[in-house]
Amino acid sequence: MAHFTKATSMHDWLNQRLGIDTLNRVLATEYWIPKNINFLWAMGMILAITFGMLLISGIFLLMYYQPNVNLAFDSVNYTIMQEVGYGWLWRHVHGVAASVVFLIIYIHMFTGIYYGSYKKGREMIWISGMLLFVAFSAEAFSGYMLPWGQMSYWAGMVITNLFSMGGLHMDGLVEWIRGDYVPAQAYLNRFFMLHVLLIPLAIIGLIGLHFGALRIPHVNNQDGEEVDFDVEAKKYLAGDKANSKVIRFMNDFLAKDMMVVGIFLILFFYLVFYHYDFAMDPVNFDPANGLKTPTHIYPEWYFLWSYEILRPFSTNVGLIAFAFAQVIFFALPFLDRSPNAVPASRRGLFKIWFWAMLIDMIILTAMGKVPPIEPFGTIGFYAALTFFGLWIALPFITMFEKKV
Amino acid sequence: MKNNSRRGFMGKAFGAVAGVGAVASLYAMKRSWDPLPSVKAAGFTTLDMSQYKENELVVEKWRGKPIFVLKQSKEMLDTEDKNMSEITGKSTGTMDKKRLIKIGDDHFLVCVGLCTHLGCIPGYRPDKKNFLCACHGGMYDDTGMVTKSPPPRGLDIPPFKIDGMKLVLGESSPEYEQMLKDGITLKV
Amino acid sequence: MKELFILAVVTVFTLVTYYLVEPFAHSHMHAHHESEKFAYKDLPALTKTGNVARGKDLVMGAGACAGCHGIKVAGMPAPMDAVTAAQAYGVNPPDLSNAGAVFDPKFLAALIKNPTHALMLENKFNAKTGKTFPMPQFYGAGGDIDQEIADMVAYLQSIAVPKDKLTANVAFETACGRCHAIHYEYNLDGKLHAPWTQIGEKPKFKHKQDELAFETKVLDYQDSLTKYLGKLPPDLSMYIRSRGEHFLSTFVEDPDNYLKGTAMPRVGVDAVAAEKVIEHLADVGDSKRHIREEVGKNVMIYIIIFAIFAILWKKEVWRDLH
Repeated sequence: MAHFTKATSMHDWLNQRLGIDTLNRVLATEYWIPKNINFLWAMGMILAITFGMLLISGIFLLMYYQPNVNLAFDSVNYTIMQEVGYGWLWRHVHGVAASVVFLIIYIHMFTGIYYGSYKKGREMIWISGMLLFVAFSAEAFSGYMLPWGQMSYWAGMVITNLFSMGGLHMDGLVEWIRGDYVPAQAYLNRFFMLHVLLIPLAIIGLIGLHFGALRIPHVNNQDGEEVDFDVEAKKYLAGDKANSKVIRFMNDFLAKDMMVVGIFLILFFYLVFYHYDFAMDPVNFDPANGLKTPTHIYPEWYFLWSYEILRPFSTNVGLIAFAFAQVIFFALPFLDRSPNAVPASRRGLFKIWFWAMLIDMIILTAMGKVPPIEPFGTIGFYAALTFFGLWIALPFITMFEKKV
Repeated sequence: MKNNSRRGFMGKAFGAVAGVGAVASLYAMKRSWDPLPSVKAAGFTTLDMSQYKENELVVEKWRGKPIFVLKQSKEMLDTEDKNMSEITGKSTGTMDKKRLIKIGDDHFLVCVGLCTHLGCIPGYRPDKKNFLCACHGGMYDDTGMVTKSPPPRGLDIPPFKIDGMKLVLGESSPEYEQMLKDGITLKV
Repeated sequence: MKELFILAVVTVFTLVTYYLVEPFAHSHMHAHHESEKFAYKDLPALTKTGNVARGKDLVMGAGACAGCHGIKVAGMPAPMDAVTAAQAYGVNPPDLSNAGAVFDPKFLAALIKNPTHALMLENKFNAKTGKTFPMPQFYGAGGDIDQEIADMVAYLQSIAVPKDKLTANVAFETACGRCHAIHYEYNLDGKLHAPWTQIGEKPKFKHKQDELAFETKVLDYQDSLTKYLGKLPPDLSMYIRSRGEHFLSTFVEDPDNYLKGTAMPRVGVDAVAAEKVIEHLADVGDSKRHIREEVGKNVMIYIIIFAIFAILWKKEVWRDLH
């Protein structure tokens, strides 16, 4: 049993019971981050803040949303958008944040790939990050169902149909997922539950895991330099801040983070108020109609690359390709056989691999949206083949990479 | 050492700016909890007062609450008169009609049908011409005046406006303002 | 400098992706149509100046307008109620009170002379299909037909509300309201207006029976309309967000722009009335647009100040670190 003395202050009282000084030291002031970083290292903070905005705006949407096929559309587009005080603001923030969060996730991912931040003890950071990506994707998809517009309905129809597994004809599974023959009341209710409870819980848990996974291997830096954190921290604490290679999480790293966050928020709120159609598709402002498919259907932009991998192939091949695309990024730390955890610019062929992958995914994204007409079909087909070619080539080009 | 982690002037200034944003967003959150305009607009109910029968309680609905409408019979008014003259010591004709609403030649009790004690709905007994609240035994006479505790006061009267033979609930009028001034009812 | 270069790379890739999935992809999905500013170039210009008094005689007399149309402002109710009229004609013939304010005079003249041509419904109502349009052509009352038509148009313009007094909801009700419903309430000048059905505003009912009776009437009307047009015209509550201003404007100008052979006729509104109709759709479907712009401005100012202070804080903290 710990020994408690009469508290001299509120701070002391709390400190004896919660150890707030220790917490503050371990989590903030003596949580050491490398100094040699650029603004791309602030993407984690931007993601945390965007997730916070999604959570808060979501809470306010939840209070007037009706998960009922007859009421959902109007509860969103009339009650929330036009009746609830600032309801439109929550909806716009929620819709735009849900789209922008994926832009930041992709930047965050490609930063990790470029700087080799998934290697040498950082594998769990990468894997927990990929789990977060999957959870965010599920969260985005389930949330997309809720306004019950034309895009909600038909996205629900098409995506759940993927689970028939093509030639396996597992229609029973599709019906089980929907709770009906088509997306209907049971379907809306269960995806509502997933969106507001189960998946957010998973996300919060995974965020904890992701942060925890950073603790032992520490944050990478932009030269892939191996920093002795204990030595450098001593140097910093001794007052030689300028020569130390590390900085405190708080305030040093946080100040830089907030600078980047501030600039990000300018873009974000501009989109929220003046340029929101990209995130809130006009077609979804038509109420769901199970007897009429919209002329053009396409997923939100962040799913387009994997959708395009599915599209150019026959049903079965397409599904296998799609499944491959979904899981292959998990395997990145193990497919990269090189011992080097340094920026791609210093890694020979991998440098080409990195830019080729990035450009290929942008091409896939673009081809996933345009109508399936020529030459887009052909471009999409070759871009999909390139995607697979790059992943197959990865172990070989990295195996022969010279140690730097 | 501690100084290093403490915020300098700009840190405090930045914190203040962020605080302003947080407070502003709290305002938006507060507004989101407000009743909807459609709820506010539905806060009016119009009653046609010519449809009621004497000594027969009718329960209407206004802002989701039960509203008692009880048309007073000659006999009820007389009893009321008698009771009042006993209390005031004055002869008949001084009847306290202040709790009643006069429409045409008729007098009505129009009140919120929720016991002023803890909000149960009292039942009307036409034979005894009084209200009994089953929850805690509170009683009111046929003008909604409390006759047996625990209720602290008579049944509350909603804002009303007389419009010919119609009564609009939810809208105030000089008659209602007078009732508030005389302490007949609390503002509902 | 290196950081700015990285920022430039990230920005370029982001913008390229944005360009490809938004403007580029959408340009391949929908044809773009420029507005002709409601000039109705295919319709002949009015050459005669109309005379209101003679126009009145024609509208009430030889023109035989009043046989089917009501003119409420002139004290003439419609000869049939909306439901019965729809059962007879397919759609309720419009009340002409504000026709002169909403429809282009050139269009009105062309309509009187040859309705299916002005409405662009010739492919639906012709000798081949055997269908005749409910509104007959006006063959003249014995004099100069163009003069007579000009007189009628002048009369309709004289009784309509002045252009500057035409409200958004009246423009919508006159131009679109007999085929399209809007099931959202809306605020206009501080007053909450009831939802719109094809037979008028839906009143508030105390008794369920009255409400059901009204709804039955609406359904009967919609049945006639569906039979007449092939499908029930959509509810327009959210069209301002689902279609957008540009589409709505160019669609109303010429429905064939987007939907070849659609049952929707050319409506014939003039530019001002078209603007009013779209304003009404915005009042109904995007009623918070003004406050959104207002709040948007303030938030942008705030967030720029926020970013400046964040930058200054960073500079302060990092002064010691370099």
